[in-house]
Amino acid sequence: MDESGIGFWGVPLAIFAGAIRVSTPFIFVSLGETITERSGRINLGLEGTLVFGAMSAYAVTVLTSSPWLGVLAAMATGAVFGLVHGWICKFPKVNDIAIGIAMMQFGLGLAFFLGKPFIQPAAPKLPSILLGGWSGIPQVQAALNINVLFFIGASLAVFLFWAFKNTRIGLTLRVVGDSTDAARAMGLSPDTVRLLATAVGSSLAAVGGAYLSLYYPGSWNEGISSGQGLMAVALVIFARWNPIGCFLAALLFGGAGALGPALQSVGVTQGYYLFYAAPYVLTLIILIITSSPTRSLAGAPGVLSLTK
Amino acid sequence: MTVQANDPGLSISAGSGTRIRPLLEWFARRAEAVAIGLVAILIGLALFSLFILVIGKSPVTLFQLMYTGGFGSWFSVQNSLSRAAPLLLTALCVALPARLGLVIIGGEGAVVLGGVAAAAAAMPLLGLVPPAVLFVFMGLAAMVIGGLWIGLAGFLRHYRGVNETISSLLLAYIAIALMNQFVEGPLRDPASLNKPSTRPLPAEYMMGDIPGMDVHWGLIIGILACILSWILMEATSYGFAARIAGGNVRAAQIQGLPVGKLITGFTAIAGSFAGLAGMVEVAAVQGSANASLAAGYGYTGILVAFLARHNPLAIIPVAILLGGIDASGGLIQRRMGLPDATVLVLQGTLFIVILFCETFYGRFRIFDPDLWKRSA
Repeated sequence: MDESGIGFWGVPLAIFAGAIRVSTPFIFVSLGETITERSGRINLGLEGTLVFGAMSAYAVTVLTSSPWLGVLAAMATGAVFGLVHGWICKFPKVNDIAIGIAMMQFGLGLAFFLGKPFIQPAAPKLPSILLGGWSGIPQVQAALNINVLFFIGASLAVFLFWAFKNTRIGLTLRVVGDSTDAARAMGLSPDTVRLLATAVGSSLAAVGGAYLSLYYPGSWNEGISSGQGLMAVALVIFARWNPIGCFLAALLFGGAGALGPALQSVGVTQGYYLFYAAPYVLTLIILIITSSPTRSLAGAPGVLSLTK
Repeated sequence: MTVQANDPGLSISAGSGTRIRPLLEWFARRAEAVAIGLVAILIGLALFSLFILVIGKSPVTLFQLMYTGGFGSWFSVQNSLSRAAPLLLTALCVALPARLGLVIIGGEGAVVLGGVAAAAAAMPLLGLVPPAVLFVFMGLAAMVIGGLWIGLAGFLRHYRGVNETISSLLLAYIAIALMNQFVEGPLRDPASLNKPSTRPLPAEYMMGDIPGMDVHWGLIIGILACILSWILMEATSYGFAARIAGGNVRAAQIQGLPVGKLITGFTAIAGSFAGLAGMVEVAAVQGSANASLAAGYGYTGILVAFLARHNPLAIIPVAILLGGIDASGGLIQRRMGLPDATVLVLQGTLFIVILFCETFYGRFRIFDPDLWKRSA
């Protein structure tokens, strides 16, 4: 079958493929942010962490030619960024949102600084799984060529959903996030829990970055991120701090982002740039509809300054 | 204990104490801010030096170059001042809402839309009105759209409970997409091939330089905006009401202050300043609206505002300092072979350390006016 053979069916197919391809970094970053925010703290610096993760994953992959070592390196650097954020935020009068913005600028600067020598060399990509072998249509095959990290992200979402409800760690996290005093009364150390939650969250965000540089678009340059790390904070509110919600929100966001290129591929070029704005408009509308000035958002951790 | 009155300014007795006290407190608070700020900058520079040492370069050479590139000659001072101009305005976009307790980080959106609005407003008027009138219309168009854009974030915050940090950020992405749409579509100059732009302003309609300097008028506009903002915050009842609302929303509401209108109004004013930055960029630098408007002034403005602790007057020196650091980037790149991101690393380091040092406010008794009273 030739290119034009599936005609406008190519649009939903391209949106589906785009949703999966574009959503993977969003899944990891928003799951990471969910963990951090469930502990009662916001990390707005994930954009810096994500870009630094993308850089370190690419650099390590170039040097070792193993993309999985690259992902591990990204996780390690992400954890370091998270530890710095978490440590600074435990001091009184320090604003976690402002520190996040600062960490973002620092992370971006450091990534561009250290990543300069790695813009040229090519790195091997992360493997993907071909699920479209049954179909003879190349577009379908391409759409079902799904990266391993997508499946890892999806399973992680389900696991976290279960873990928040059913494990000791999950309950600890939620207590700390809902009431600092209650946590102290139970003998927990809120600062330590938040420190670890920020570190874990950051290392997941860095995996999102590794996906960007090692799979799609699959190169390292200074414009690699289009704000995925920042969007995560909005996605988490949208998903109501629910990991499965994060997964679905990321898919929706990825699909909205794929709308423009998909329509362009079938010849609709009017308002091309406006379609780029689709995910942001969608998120804003959903936030407006679901927020309320009189009560905090359903499902929001009690301590979180974001919803006050 | 009796108090020795050896200095009339510090003489504290039951009668005069009530008069002297506010002045003393004012001075103590300023001294604390300056001292902690300077120490924070020194710590930040020390950490950055460590980083430069680790990668095997000399921090001394780097700082010398930074000084030369930023403030070493009249030429570089003018360069720094030109770069500071948009930062003055975008920093106000963060600082004014911050006094009401809002964190607005989407100033970039108001900048780009302000630039597009200014370029669009200029088109039908070219050749019909003198340049000064044209600038007024361009400025108004930019301020209205910038004010609407950021004011919307404030409005949504108060009336719908939407977090303003997130909404302003989303609005910034939407604004950049809108700019691309306008610049590639209805407003595109057919002659701009590689870099889609609006029709360029003719040379006689460009906002020129300040007489005797190689710095455009944007600097004066920015400084005036900072001074006006300071007067608004410190010397008017609106500013007073805004500061109360920023300190304690409940208390402000119980007092019957129109908190919603204050928040919407102040975010709109803040946005109009960022919009004006876009107009200056079009009228004085680019000559047309194009993708160069999204050069990150909105984001550097966040850093400037936080460093200035949201004081509009303090924004002026901080913006000039950061303009200087920015201006020295090229020289550092050429002479030391360091990437242009060096400046970003330094900015990020300073930003983190300065925010961290917020924790030291009120920790040192030397800045406590009561202590001074007793020792005087």
